[in-house]
Amino acid sequence: MDVDLKQVEEAAKALYIRALKILPPDIKSGIAALAQRETDPTARTILGTMIRNISVAEDTTNLLCQDTGIPIYNVSIGRGVNVDGYALKQAIRAGCERATREHPLRSSVVHPVTRRNEHTSCGRGVPVIHIDFSDIEETLAIEMIPKGSGSENSSWLKMAIPAEGVDAIKTFVVDCVLESGGKSCPPTIVGVGVGGTADLCVHLAKQAATRPLGSRCADPEGAQLEEALSVAVNQLGVGPQGLGGDATAFAVHIETAATHITMNPVAVNMQCHSARRARATFTPSGVEYGF
Amino acid sequence: MAHYDFNTPVGEARIRALRVNDTVTLNGTLYGIRDATQIHLFDRGRKTRFDLAGHAVIHTAPNVKKVEPSAAHPAGYAPVCIGTTTSARMERFTRPLMRRYGVRMIIGKGGMLADSLAAFAELGGVYLAIVGGAAALETTWIEQIEDVDLDDLNPESLWRFRVKGFGPLLVAMDSHGASLYTELKKSAAGRRAAALASLGIE
Repeated sequence: MDVDLKQVEEAAKALYIRALKILPPDIKSGIAALAQRETDPTARTILGTMIRNISVAEDTTNLLCQDTGIPIYNVSIGRGVNVDGYALKQAIRAGCERATREHPLRSSVVHPVTRRNEHTSCGRGVPVIHIDFSDIEETLAIEMIPKGSGSENSSWLKMAIPAEGVDAIKTFVVDCVLESGGKSCPPTIVGVGVGGTADLCVHLAKQAATRPLGSRCADPEGAQLEEALSVAVNQLGVGPQGLGGDATAFAVHIETAATHITMNPVAVNMQCHSARRARATFTPSGVEYGF
Repeated sequence: MAHYDFNTPVGEARIRALRVNDTVTLNGTLYGIRDATQIHLFDRGRKTRFDLAGHAVIHTAPNVKKVEPSAAHPAGYAPVCIGTTTSARMERFTRPLMRRYGVRMIIGKGGMLADSLAAFAELGGVYLAIVGGAAALETTWIEQIEDVDLDDLNPESLWRFRVKGFGPLLVAMDSHGASLYTELKKSAAGRRAAALASLGIE
């Protein structure tokens, strides 16, 4: 399969706007489920407002949240796909820029030192583009994540040591949820990276935070840990918006990687209740949009 | 737990009457302000021509569309999506905002810290919590972008919005030393041991 880069540019543009406007069904039902279970009256009102906001955004075809985030594109290239990788990255960047100018969207991206905003949602190294490969025949998938700053500012890495064991990982996650309070716009998906190098550990946390609700860690050890931690953090009573209640997190998601004999790294990256993502899948029969 | 409808600006007595868990809905003028706006106002000696006395500011940087100035869009901007950002980053600006500009209400999400709470008590102010991430809904409460100042900082300009039925907003920090965030932080910290015990950590 040959990939039409003009189509990739269009998809990169459409995905950004789509992600900002339409919440994935797993997140929508996740909020509804939390609202149904919530026992705190203030928290119930807040969750109700979040649900109302989702329908207002759909009815008015408006953005769910003002924060257009840092644009992230996760590209997965299957087998038998012919594509110029460098041109693919350029096409994605062009689509991201066009979404910002043509919709228009607020460009939330500035130079880290001068704080200059080019009003394109692009800059050095941004959009973030991750390229990976899959064994799926003749399929190229692009996932778009507009990562909001309220939740992104709730990010931590701890290079724990082996003598501290798995207890260090568990304690760190609980303490990060406490520290984050209402700043990350809870209920959140608490993304946790366990193992790897420092950079891989943080990357795993981001992957975990942006995974669909209901998905489980492929590593059984990680899956067990995410179940126990999901229960534990929801005992803290932080609640929606940090104003108290049962619904602190939709779930704790964990991704793991092997690590060094001397290392025990753990990273946390949060995703807010507006857990936005969109996906375009290119196959020989065309482009299909989903989540 | 009382509800108040305010036409802005409001005087100190009405602000001091507010207690945490009350709710407020705003009508009239609302100012939008953010990190860069306040860095420029308070660290870089810039000034605004707007009179913020007795007013509410919201921690925001909106999505806007540039249009020809008209009666409907006097500032040359149409609102696209206007929401709220995390307040705690702007903690150190609460006191100068109140002291120098007479701001009485800060609208945001996630809460502010001890110095803001002290400033609210000393100078007569409140923090009004809005639901973060509910910007599509919030946008329906904005009638117009009336004016804009410090627009070289766009989108972190100083925005003047005209609002109608903006709320209900929850009084989460009042001028009597009460903060729902401090209370919550204490009670959540108290539950930490039980949460860790459920994970087999004593």
